Amino acid sequence: MLGGMVTSESEVETTPFRDLDVTRTDSSLHRFLHGLPGVDQVGAEQRAAALSSRSIKTSAKAYALDLAISMVDLTTLEGQDTDGKVRTLAAKAVRPDPSDPTCPSTAAVCVYGDLVATAKQALGDSGVHVAAVATAFPSGRAAMDVKLADTRDAVEAGADEIDMVIDRGAFLSGRYLEVFEEIAQVREACGGAHLKVILETGELQTYDNVRRASWLAMLAGGHFIKTSTGKVQPAATLPVTLVMLEAVRDFREATGTMIGVKPAGGIRTAKDAIKYLVTVNEVAGPDWLDPDWFRFGASTLLNDLLMQRMKLKTGRYSGPDYVTVD
Amino acid sequence: MTRADVRKTYKLYIGGAFPRSESGHTYVANDAKGRFLANAALASRKDARDAVVAARSAFAGWSGRTAYNRGQVIYRIAEVMEDRRPQFVDALSSTEGLTARQASSALDAAVDRLVWYAGWADKLTQVVGNANPVSGPYFNLSTPEPTGVVAVLAPQTSSLLGLVSVVAPVIVSGNTCVVVSSYARPLPAVTFSEVLATSDVPGGVVNILTGSAETIGPWLASHMDVNAIDLGGVAGSPDLATELEVAAADNLKRVRRAPLAEPDWSLEPELTAMTDFLEIKTVWHPIGV
Amino acid sequence: MTTSADPRVTFDYAPAPESRSIVDIKASYGLFINGEFVDGHGKAFKTVNPASEEVLAEIAEADDNDVDLAVRAARRAHRSWSQMPGAERAKYLFRIARIIAERSRELAVLESIDNGKPIRESRDVDIPIVSAHFFYYAGWADKLRYAGFGEQSLGVAAQVIPWNFPLLMLAWKIAPALACGNTVVLKPAETTPLTALLFAEICQQADLPPGVVNIVTGAGGTGQALVGHPDVDKVAFTGSTEVGKAIARTVAGTDKRVTLELGGKAANIVFDDAPLDQAIEGIVDGIFFNQGHVCCAGSRLLVQESVADEVLHRLKRRMATLRVGDPLDKNTDIGAINSAEQLARIRELSDVGDAEGAERWSPPCELPSHGYWFPPTLFTGVNQAHRIAREEIFGPVLSVLTFRTPAEAVAKANNSPYGLSAGIWTDKGSRILKMANQLRAGVVWANTFNKFDPASPFGGYKESGYGREGGKHGLEGYLR
Repeated sequence: MLGGMVTSESEVETTPFRDLDVTRTDSSLHRFLHGLPGVDQVGAEQRAAALSSRSIKTSAKAYALDLAISMVDLTTLEGQDTDGKVRTLAAKAVRPDPSDPTCPSTAAVCVYGDLVATAKQALGDSGVHVAAVATAFPSGRAAMDVKLADTRDAVEAGADEIDMVIDRGAFLSGRYLEVFEEIAQVREACGGAHLKVILETGELQTYDNVRRASWLAMLAGGHFIKTSTGKVQPAATLPVTLVMLEAVRDFREATGTMIGVKPAGGIRTAKDAIKYLVTVNEVAGPDWLDPDWFRFGASTLLNDLLMQRMKLKTGRYSGPDYVTVD
Repeated sequence: MTRADVRKTYKLYIGGAFPRSESGHTYVANDAKGRFLANAALASRKDARDAVVAARSAFAGWSGRTAYNRGQVIYRIAEVMEDRRPQFVDALSSTEGLTARQASSALDAAVDRLVWYAGWADKLTQVVGNANPVSGPYFNLSTPEPTGVVAVLAPQTSSLLGLVSVVAPVIVSGNTCVVVSSYARPLPAVTFSEVLATSDVPGGVVNILTGSAETIGPWLASHMDVNAIDLGGVAGSPDLATELEVAAADNLKRVRRAPLAEPDWSLEPELTAMTDFLEIKTVWHPIGV
Repeated sequence: MTTSADPRVTFDYAPAPESRSIVDIKASYGLFINGEFVDGHGKAFKTVNPASEEVLAEIAEADDNDVDLAVRAARRAHRSWSQMPGAERAKYLFRIARIIAERSRELAVLESIDNGKPIRESRDVDIPIVSAHFFYYAGWADKLRYAGFGEQSLGVAAQVIPWNFPLLMLAWKIAPALACGNTVVLKPAETTPLTALLFAEICQQADLPPGVVNIVTGAGGTGQALVGHPDVDKVAFTGSTEVGKAIARTVAGTDKRVTLELGGKAANIVFDDAPLDQAIEGIVDGIFFNQGHVCCAGSRLLVQESVADEVLHRLKRRMATLRVGDPLDKNTDIGAINSAEQLARIRELSDVGDAEGAERWSPPCELPSHGYWFPPTLFTGVNQAHRIAREEIFGPVLSVLTFRTPAEAVAKANNSPYGLSAGIWTDKGSRILKMANQLRAGVVWANTFNKFDPASPFGGYKESGYGREGGKHGLEGYLR
C-alpha cells in the first residue's frame, strides 16, 4: 500500500513464544540459536553487491521513490532536541514537499520519549505515527525497571511504536534467555503499541550473531527487528539487512507470523534506499514492500528522495535550495 | 626582456600532503656545478615522527588492498613519470650533471624499474610462498606478509633510479615507508613525490623527507613503531651504519644493511630487496571429515 | 518470474537497457594477419545476435592457404618477439591491458550482442578479468627465471577457443603465450568472432609488432587446418572433449606441445551444515551463470539427504526471482542460448531426462518470441546412471542427486570421466580440506563457486583435459 497511511493495528498477534521448548531454558535457546544455518560473510556480501547492481529507472524508480518516502521514520534523536524542532520535523513528515501535494507523507516520526506528547499534538490526525526510542536508548545500560518505566511513559504519552535496544552485553556473553526476557517484558509494557527491537548490529560484529539476535527478538515478541541506533558505526548496511530479511522470511515460514524490518542510520541517498527495496523484493518478497513491514530510520535521506523525485518529474537535477532544511 | 620564472618551493611529502618542515629550517641544494638550485626543506626528527604516524595509519588500507590493485597503482606511477619526462630530464640534468640524453636514459631505467616491480605485486606470493607437505593430516600453507612501516635511507648518488629502486620493493608487498632522500640531490625526490601524489597512491604509503640521513637516521632507527630499516643511504659510512643497526636492535627491526659502496642500480635487482621486508606466516589446519 | 502490469502490487523493474551506440559493428570483417586486416578466401558466413536472430556481420572464413599465411607471419614475427627482452614484451602486454580497460564498456556490449550473455556479466565479470589477465601475465614476461619452467618460448602457438566466454578465452590463450615469447594464430568460435576482431584493433592501437597476434576466423575446417599445420609448435584448445581427443590424435607422433581444456560435469556438494542461503546462491551461480554455458558449471547438485527437501524448497524459491531476457537489459540474470544448435542439444537432453524418469521443474517464465531461449531448469530424482547425470548439457539445467555420507559424496562426485571442478558447502574446515584432497578435480571451490582470477590456475583431470591456465602454472604450457 502506498501513501503515508499505516494501519494502526497489526492483524497478527506477536506475543512472546514462551511455551516453546526452545525458549524454556538458556541452554535450549542457546542450542536452537546456534543450530540455525551459519552465514558465510563473503557469500552474503556478494549477494548484497549483486542486488545493488540492479538498475531501477523510469516508472520503477518513481514507484520506488514514493514507496521509500512512505516508509521513512523521520528521526531526530539529539540531546539538543526541543519542542520547536519536533514540531517542524512533524510538519515535514506530514508534507515533505511543500510544492507538491502528491508527495506521500512519511510513515512516522521518531523521537525521544519525553517529546512524544509534542509530536503527537503536532501530527494530529494526519495518520503519521509517533515512534519513541526507549529502554535507556542508545546504550541500554540501566536497570530493568528504569527501562520499563521509560517504555511506559512513552506509551502513555501516546507513542504508537516503541523502538527498544537489546542488552548487547548480555547477548555477547551468551545470556540469551535474559535478553529474551527483557524483550518480552518490554513487549508487555507496550500494550497496544508496536515494538521494534534494535539489535545494534554494528556491535554484534558477525552476521551469525545478527541472525541469532534476529530470531531471538522475533521469538520474544517484537513486531519489527531494527538494525541500529544510528549512534554507533557501522549502522545499517545492505548485507546486514539482507541477513535480517532472510530471518523474517524464514520465521514466517516456520511460524506463520510476519515480522517487519527497519534498517536505520547510514542510508543517506535515494540510490541506497532503492537498493534496500530491491533487496526486500528479492529476498523476503513483495509482501514486505509496505510501510507496515519495512521502514527506513533516517533523517537526511528524505531530502535526497525528494530531490530525486523532483528530477523525475522535471527532468532537471535539483539542489538543496529546493528542499526544506526541516 | 626575459620573463621572470615562478620558482618552486621544495617541500616535504607526508601523509599525502606537502608541508614545510615543522622546524622551519631549510638547507641549500645546489646543482651539479655548485650553483644555487633551491632552499630544500630540512626534515627534523619531529617531521620523521609525523611521517611514521602517517605511514602507520596508511598501512592497514594499503596492505589490505588486493595485490592486483597495488600492482596497478605502481604501474600508474610509472605512467605518470613517463608522461613527465621533460621535467625529470631537467631535474636529473641539473642535479646530477647529466646530458639530456643521459638523463633521458636514466628516466627510462627508473620507469622500467617501476614497471618491473608493478608486475611482482601479484606474483610474489607464488614465488616465495607455498604449501608444505608436513607429516600428518594437516593442510599447511606458508605465505609472505608485509612487515609494516619501513624506514628507507635512500641512496646518496643515484637520486632517481636509486630512489625508485629502494621504494618500490618496499611498497609492492603492502608495506608503507618513510624515506630520507639524498641530501645533496633532493630535487628528483621532490618531483617524484609530486608524481606519487597524482598517481592514486594513498596518502601515507610513501613519505619523503628531504634532509640528512645522518641526522634523521638515528631517530628512525630507534623508533619503536618502525618495523624495518634499509640503511642503503649510509653506504660507505660503516661506523654510522653500525650505530644505526645497534639502535634498530631495540625492537629487533629487520635491517637491510648498507653495502660498502652504492651498487650499480642498472642491474636487475635481487629478490631480497622485497623479501627483506616480508614475514612468512605458516598456517595449519587438520584434514578430516 | 517477475512480471506484473500493476507496479503498485509488485515491484516491477522497468526496462533498463544499456545503449548499443557505443559499438560500431561493420558490415563485414576480414582476417587479421601480420598486423593488418586482409580478405579471407574461404566461404564467408554470418554471425547472429542470439537474442533476436538479427544478422550482425559477415565474417571471412580462412581457408588452408589463409591459415598458412597466418602461421608464416607468426613464424617471421617470432624471431624478434622471442629475442626481445622480457621487460619490453611486458610493456606491450601492459598497454593491451590498459586499452582493454579503457574500452571496457564497448567490449562488454559487443560481447553481449554477439554471445547472448547478460550485460551485467560481461561488464562486471568477463571484461575486467580479461584486462586483469593481460596485466598479470605482462608482469611474468621479464621474470620467467623465477617460475621454474625454463625460459625459452616454444615458437608459434595455434589456439582454438570456444563461444562461451569469447574474449576471456582469448585472454587466457594469448596473454601467457605472448609473455613467454611465443607468437600466436588464434581462431575464435564461429558464432562469436566479434570481440576477437575488436581485440585485433586493440593490438594495432598498442603498436604490437605485426605477426605477433593473428586472428583467423572460420569454423571446424579452419580449426583443423590450424591445429594440423606442420609449422606450429604448440596447440592450445578449449572446447568439447570429443574435439579435444581428435586433436590429441592429430598431434600424436609430432613434437607439438598440447594443452586441452575440455568439458565437465561438476558436482556441487551441499552438506547439512552448509551456510544455507549462500549455498543456494552458489548452486544458482554454479549452473545458471552464463546460461550454464560453462565447462566447470556445477551441473550436478549432490545434496545431503537430510537437508534435501529444505535445499530444494529454497532453491526453487530463489530460481523464481531469476530474470530471463534481453541481454542488454542491465537487470537480466539469464540471457540467450548462444545458437540454435546449442538450444537443440539442451532440449534434446532435457527430453532424455524426462524419458529417464527424472522430474523436471522450471519457474514460470515468459520467454521472448525471437531468439534462442531456455528457462532455468532442474531435474530431481536423478541417479548416477541417468544420461543427464553423466553427459554435459552445457545449458541452464541442473540435475539433483542425494547422498548420505562424505564418502558417498566423494564417490559419486568422482564417478565420471570428467574431472574439471567441484564445489563443497559445509561449515567445517577440516571436512573441506579432506574432501578437496579426495576429489579428482582440477579446481575445488569451497563455500563459493565459479570464481576465476588470473593468478589462480585452472584446468582439469581426466577427460576434462590437461594443462593449466592462470597463475604461475599457466606458464608451463608455453615454455621449455
